[in-house]
Amino acid sequence: MAKNLPNITLEVTIMGIELITEPLQYSFILRALVICVLVGVMCPFLGAFVINREMGFMGDALAHSVLPGMVVAYSVGFSPIIGATPNAIIVALAIGFIVKKTKLSNDTSIGIIFSTLFSIGLITISFLGGTTINVEDILLGEVLSTTTTDVFVTTLLTIFLLIVMIILYKPMIFTGFDFEGAKVAGIPSEKLDYLLLVLLSIVIVITLQVIGVILVIGMLITPAAASSMIAKRFPQIIIIGIAFGVFSSVLGLYLSYYFNLPSGPSIALVSSSIFGLSLIKKWITR
Amino acid sequence: MTNEITKNYSIQVFDVCVEFENTLALDNVSFSVPKGVLTGVVGPNGGGKSTLFNSIAGLQKITHGKILINGISSKNIKGKISYVPQREQVNWRFPLSVKDVVSLGRIWRGNILQKFGFSDDQIIKDSLKKVDMWQYRKDLVNNLSGGQRQRTFIARALAQETEILLLDEAFSGVDVASQDGVIDILRNLKNEGKTILIATHDLNNLSERFDSVLCINRHICAHGDPEKVFTPEVLTELYGAHGEKFAEHNIGSHNNGD
Repeated sequence: MAKNLPNITLEVTIMGIELITEPLQYSFILRALVICVLVGVMCPFLGAFVINREMGFMGDALAHSVLPGMVVAYSVGFSPIIGATPNAIIVALAIGFIVKKTKLSNDTSIGIIFSTLFSIGLITISFLGGTTINVEDILLGEVLSTTTTDVFVTTLLTIFLLIVMIILYKPMIFTGFDFEGAKVAGIPSEKLDYLLLVLLSIVIVITLQVIGVILVIGMLITPAAASSMIAKRFPQIIIIGIAFGVFSSVLGLYLSYYFNLPSGPSIALVSSSIFGLSLIKKWITR
Repeated sequence: MTNEITKNYSIQVFDVCVEFENTLALDNVSFSVPKGVLTGVVGPNGGGKSTLFNSIAGLQKITHGKILINGISSKNIKGKISYVPQREQVNWRFPLSVKDVVSLGRIWRGNILQKFGFSDDQIIKDSLKKVDMWQYRKDLVNNLSGGQRQRTFIARALAQETEILLLDEAFSGVDVASQDGVIDILRNLKNEGKTILIATHDLNNLSERFDSVLCINRHICAHGDPEKVFTPEVLTELYGAHGEKFAEHNIGSHNNGD
């Protein structure tokens, strides 16, 4: 009996490896995997700022507001990401401007822009899309249908985001923690806030491919929030959040492959499960 | 003559007015603070203490007058003043350790590594030791007491290596024993040549705490020795009606910037 144990272990190991490698023979899975890893890295990085600056609703609104740009790009034969990127940046700057220049509260300004643009997007679908646009793909994401161009654009955007975030990491923290103190210290806090919105909009656009308009907010904040249940300091929240983000998106992708599930909700549920476990761990160790 | 005066003063405020829509927040405010002096700024809520601090720090656009910091216009002095904000202005949700907060004071300073906060450990260590917070360096700031938080911010100000410190409502939420500890630290810094302005509501022990007191209720009611400034007339001006004394100053009278 004991003699057979090494053989069983070996067989299980081989089976495990096959489970991981088997889907990789398909190029569409490989493309999806690359995008999932990039999204898994960037969402918690920005997400750590989002949860600590209470910008979750802003993120959700940005995701919904890019619908018109995605639909227009889709209908003229471009990748949705190409239409969504400028759309998201313009909306982010507009929200930032209205929030700073009007006496309306943040959530009121954001809510108005969000519902207006999402409505325009849905009406644009009915005008331009006809039967050619798959609304479900846009709303829930379909990472398995991404193209090589999507992978290329996503990689470039991620590299750009990482460089900017690493250079401006400390000033961004200073601004988020003590806005006035940062300004007195010579940091252009208002401009950095606008920049954060632009970076956030880019991350959202990248993530839309994986998880869709409706669930973007889950990927943006859940891994970072799960990490904040375990980690103490801000840099730790980012690092552990990235580990959770990559794990969620890759495992969610495999689950969707093996069990024929929609990829976006699978990834979101894995992420939520990690949050639940983190919460339990926090309660137990408290 | 001006240069001679400038040499002796860290802060010079000349005829400064600040207007917010329908409110004259600062009304012809003028005073000078010599180098190496610890000054308490007292006045009622809405008396313009924070507006004055924001104006000195270059955060608030002034409607009229000018402010010189070591002889340079306050519009061009970003990074030359350290500012400890009011408690409610800080985002305590941000999970930063005491050392993280102090290291923010090193932004944009020194060589390329130091600019990005990857070095400067010695200055950060010295700053924390000076305010007796080194043993708490790994603690999160949102878990600290009011006095410890203030000491952390003072350490950040020290790490910024500026000559002037502004502390807005420094003793809000700080118990009396901790207030004395903070004052001791600030007196030591003053003795090292720092110029320090502290806005406070607490009128107790002013003469023990400060070299000088600035009384402000949108205008300057008095400025000088804490033992001498609080006459009955000054107290009436400070906590009484502003409009009776300065009826000739109206909103809009300083719009031209002259």
